[in-house]
Amino acid sequence: MEISVDEQDLKLLLNDLIELYGYDFTDYSKASLVRRIKRLLTLDHFPSFAELRYRLKTDPDYLNRFVEEITVNVTEMFRDPDFYVALRQQVLPAIGSKPFIRIWHAGCSTGEEVYSMAILLHEAGLLHKSLLYATDLNPNVVERARQGIFPLAQMKDYSENYIAAGGKSDFSSYYTAQYNRVIFNEQLRTKMIFATHNLVSDSSFNEFQLILCRNVLIYFDKELQNKVFHLFDTSLDRLAYIALGSKETLKFSGLHGTYKQLGSNKIWRKEK
Amino acid sequence: MEKGKVNIKKLIVIGGSAGSLEVLLRVLPGLKVPFPYPVVIVLHRKQSNDNLLTELLSLKTKIKVKEIEDKDALVNGIIYLAPGNYHILFEEDYTFSLDDSERVNYSRPSIDVAFQSAADVFGGALTCILLSGANADGADGFLYVKERGGETIVQAPETAEVAYMPEQVIANKSADKICDIDGIANWLNRM
Repeated sequence: MEISVDEQDLKLLLNDLIELYGYDFTDYSKASLVRRIKRLLTLDHFPSFAELRYRLKTDPDYLNRFVEEITVNVTEMFRDPDFYVALRQQVLPAIGSKPFIRIWHAGCSTGEEVYSMAILLHEAGLLHKSLLYATDLNPNVVERARQGIFPLAQMKDYSENYIAAGGKSDFSSYYTAQYNRVIFNEQLRTKMIFATHNLVSDSSFNEFQLILCRNVLIYFDKELQNKVFHLFDTSLDRLAYIALGSKETLKFSGLHGTYKQLGSNKIWRKEK
Repeated sequence: MEKGKVNIKKLIVIGGSAGSLEVLLRVLPGLKVPFPYPVVIVLHRKQSNDNLLTELLSLKTKIKVKEIEDKDALVNGIIYLAPGNYHILFEEDYTFSLDDSERVNYSRPSIDVAFQSAADVFGGALTCILLSGANADGADGFLYVKERGGETIVQAPETAEVAYMPEQVIANKSADKICDIDGIANWLNRM
């Protein structure tokens, strides 16, 4: 039997999370948040919503589980290969002329996209002068991203994505396999900086030539999306780029007028 | 935003899997134009970034067909198509949210997820239609829609290329009506 989640209960729980732990999910997409919470109630066999709230208040360790399950950590290497072709052909040549390249992966999850980007930069001969900042609100996934260890079973799909994204090398040359896992080359990882950063509550920390935030903002409501777009705007150099997920858009944000989309790709360049 | 919300009196969500595209290609040309409500189509499909399906359906109707982007608003008289690799959710302000979390019933988009989320927002103003398919996706969703006062119509299994999916909602007694393909088209036009 499914437990219903009413508006008032949800408000109380979200307030607890802010007051006790500093996590603010208030402006997340309501439909998504309720769905994730219902799923957790079922997964962890809570007899009622109140029991979940009590557990969260009294068991700080359970917060980790809550954050892990409420946020979505689906990602893959070279996801949407066409997107990486556009990065390779249109974005890297433009930012490659800079003496130094800073890239921010906002909401990096377990890091697959960061390693994809490092490979792209390596192949463009730009990795030596690049820094990739990878952040997520969840410290556990940031730690996993830092380790650069991924399941071997996924490498076949990733290798296909890599080739479809215009990769010319042998994909397996970028990692070392051991048992059922692979670890990506140290050379790629030396250019990465991992940190926890919450797009809801933390501010800008640098200026970038490219920000990637793909399939993160879909979990936010429109107002929060707008707030985050402004955070990105203050973190982007002029003529820098922002890349979103394949079904996300800048068009509902106030920034629409000052950014120019690259064809039909979900990549925009800051014009002013 | 609020204005759009007042204007939308009904929502139709159509779910289908194997064998359902043919049904849509027969139903869509007969729909009246302008169509008075938004129609949302959730099909099991492979690729996330191909526009072929949108183009194919557009050829069959004068009604505008649009693949859903995150936070698009529901508007009467538009056919919305769920993109591959995302679940679709409905917000209280009658906008869509996309969600790329785990597959449900091996599917993303999942028909259950779409039916349930639509029922949360639209309750009795929702009509769900389930077409041909080889999967049980949609069966839990139909029950959920019924509990919240919505209306459920299923393609008659004997008219479906793959009868399994329609049979599941007949088995769990969550279908209000069982219609053949022409019956579905007529029902939509009479709404």
